Amino acid sequence: MLTIKDLHASVDGKQILKGINLSVKTGEVHAIMGPNGSGKSTLAAVLTGRDNYKVESGTVLFNGENLLEMTPEERSWKGVFLGFQYPVEIPGVSNVNFMKAALNEHRKQRGLEPLSASEFLKVMKEKMAFVEMDSSFSSRGVNVGFSGGEKKRNEIFQMAMLEPTLAILDETDSGLDVDALRIVGTGVTRLKTPQNATIVITHYQRLLDYIVPDFIHVLYDGRIVKTAGKELALEIEKRGYDWLIS
Amino acid sequence: MAKKPDIIKEITNSEYGQGFVTDLEQVFIRKGLNDEIIREISAKKGEPKWLLDFRLKAFHRWESMKMPDWGHLTIPEIDYQDIIYFAAPKKRSAEGEIDPALEKTFDKLGIPLDERKALAGMAVDAVFDSVSVKTTFKETLAEKGIIFCSFSEAVNNYPDLVRKYLASVVPVGDNYFSALNSAVFSDGSFCYIPKGVRCPMDLSSYFRINARGTGQFERTLIVADEGSYVSYLEGCTAPMRDENQLHAAVVEIVVMKDAEVKYSTVQNWYPGNAEGKGGIYNFVTKRGICKGENSKLSWTQVETGSAITWKYPSTILQGDNSSSEFYSVAVTNNFQQADTGTKMIHIGKNTSSRIVSKGISAGRSQNSYRGMVKVLPAASGVRNHSQCDSLLIGDKCGAHTFPVIESQNSGAIIEHEATTSKISEDQLFYCRQRGISEEEAVGLIINGYAKEVLNKLPMEFAVEATRLLSVSLEGSIG
Repeated sequence: MLTIKDLHASVDGKQILKGINLSVKTGEVHAIMGPNGSGKSTLAAVLTGRDNYKVESGTVLFNGENLLEMTPEERSWKGVFLGFQYPVEIPGVSNVNFMKAALNEHRKQRGLEPLSASEFLKVMKEKMAFVEMDSSFSSRGVNVGFSGGEKKRNEIFQMAMLEPTLAILDETDSGLDVDALRIVGTGVTRLKTPQNATIVITHYQRLLDYIVPDFIHVLYDGRIVKTAGKELALEIEKRGYDWLIS
Repeated sequence: MAKKPDIIKEITNSEYGQGFVTDLEQVFIRKGLNDEIIREISAKKGEPKWLLDFRLKAFHRWESMKMPDWGHLTIPEIDYQDIIYFAAPKKRSAEGEIDPALEKTFDKLGIPLDERKALAGMAVDAVFDSVSVKTTFKETLAEKGIIFCSFSEAVNNYPDLVRKYLASVVPVGDNYFSALNSAVFSDGSFCYIPKGVRCPMDLSSYFRINARGTGQFERTLIVADEGSYVSYLEGCTAPMRDENQLHAAVVEIVVMKDAEVKYSTVQNWYPGNAEGKGGIYNFVTKRGICKGENSKLSWTQVETGSAITWKYPSTILQGDNSSSEFYSVAVTNNFQQADTGTKMIHIGKNTSSRIVSKGISAGRSQNSYRGMVKVLPAASGVRNHSQCDSLLIGDKCGAHTFPVIESQNSGAIIEHEATTSKISEDQLFYCRQRGISEEEAVGLIINGYAKEVLNKLPMEFAVEATRLLSVSLEGSIG
């Protein structure tokens, strides 16, 4: 599904990614771990087409297409979803209007009619229950006044609405209490199908208790320095990263 | 509400859609401004002597006045001798019949003059350059005793009413542009709602500038007698031209005891091109008086057009327990400049006012809110709440607020809130990551921001206004 080859990227002239190679197949869950500043969030930003991130060299194929040539919205339409580390507040735009605009745009790109208001609300209600979000959130401004945990649940709710083929979750566990972690973790797991894939970017093992990865990659200084199975997370939890990078 | 995103999408690729010129034979008075010209305008309209005298007096007053320079505006010098003060289509509409070219023009603007095709529940007075070409549903309204006609017609048919109220709210010498308007005004709308009558349809005036080198100086007078109600709408457009054209209108509203007037404006004069060339100078004086007890006046305006806007719809709250609202969205893009706001003058006891102003600046534009809340000594129990928000798009535009509060009664409760925010790159990227394009994201954010004001507009206008907001901000990102 996703094939990253020798990806080099920089921000403000500073080289951050220095040759990433990664292959993700449908049905797989990949975790990317690594110390601060190793390039994890940069990788997410580059894959979703954020401005100011310059791809120096390398290729990224997504279902056979050149992902790097697409605009951020095209990548979204093709099924790439980013769960933001810091979800953005948009005052004045209600969650319901925001999601309706997003979902109907996705439908339009697939040649489908927009959902009627009642159909939409039905889907929305269902998916909100999925992340245990109160229905009062639908009329509130996008992320406005949400607690850290509510924001992250809102990300997973949006993911449930858009049903992406590739979900990249950037530090979704940061700022979560135990309950929110469980809701987010089980939510993501339940969204898993043999047709989609997930990349979980995280510092800690604890989210991986819920979202069990097939592969764990350790990113350090812009390169993947180690790839192993899920047991690697436990080892990192115990020993830190030093033994991997020195 | 559900329709809004579609509307935005539909027009995302359009430009100023009303910029066309109607090709028809017109009569003009030669350009220039002096006693002679004013006499000619008055004669052309077959006016009584009192009105000619009114004009001449106003002109002499104007001659002694100076352009106001206190606005946060850069106004190029205007040569008032280089303007044509009267232009009218040669073939005026005979009774029940109208020049097809004119009908077509207004059709194209979405203002059908044929009553059979008209929007349900809306009567229109259509003003083309210096004359009113048609007023629809006049007869239907007359059955209820409502007078709705062109200003010129009112001068002939209801001279007592006109004489009584003309310049009673906006005195001739109130300001430079009201004096100019009083000297050369050509047409506009007149509306009188008799005692106890609730006007069964929205009344509206649509102003169209067509001829090159002209200015438009219309006059609107609305009188709502005791216990009556009317909702009034105003729209305006002009062709795209490299030259600047002047529009200096005066609107006066008188609200008697227990009466209510809602006045809504969607101002869409040509704003000039992306380089700031051309566009309308919109220097307008609008004021209402809540004369009687429990009277109510609300202003709602959506300002998207004009190269320069100088406009402060205001209310004099004279009657005890009277109230007034001012809801405004002002959008400026490219090189547009707007200095707009309101004045609430509290004279009566227990009077209240509410101000909600939403400024949106993009491009290299300058957008200012200027407001005054004044409480006179005898006005006890006054309440005012003002909310003044500015939204910036990009980093080359400016937003400014100049609020003045002057209270001479220590019991007045006056609140002022203000915020400034910016559409950030982060917000746009977040929307785009969810599949919402940049233009649409801006539309969503703007509509959310301006919702409180847009919700105040009558339905048809709300849709139009929403559409306009996104058109006006096209290309403002990046």
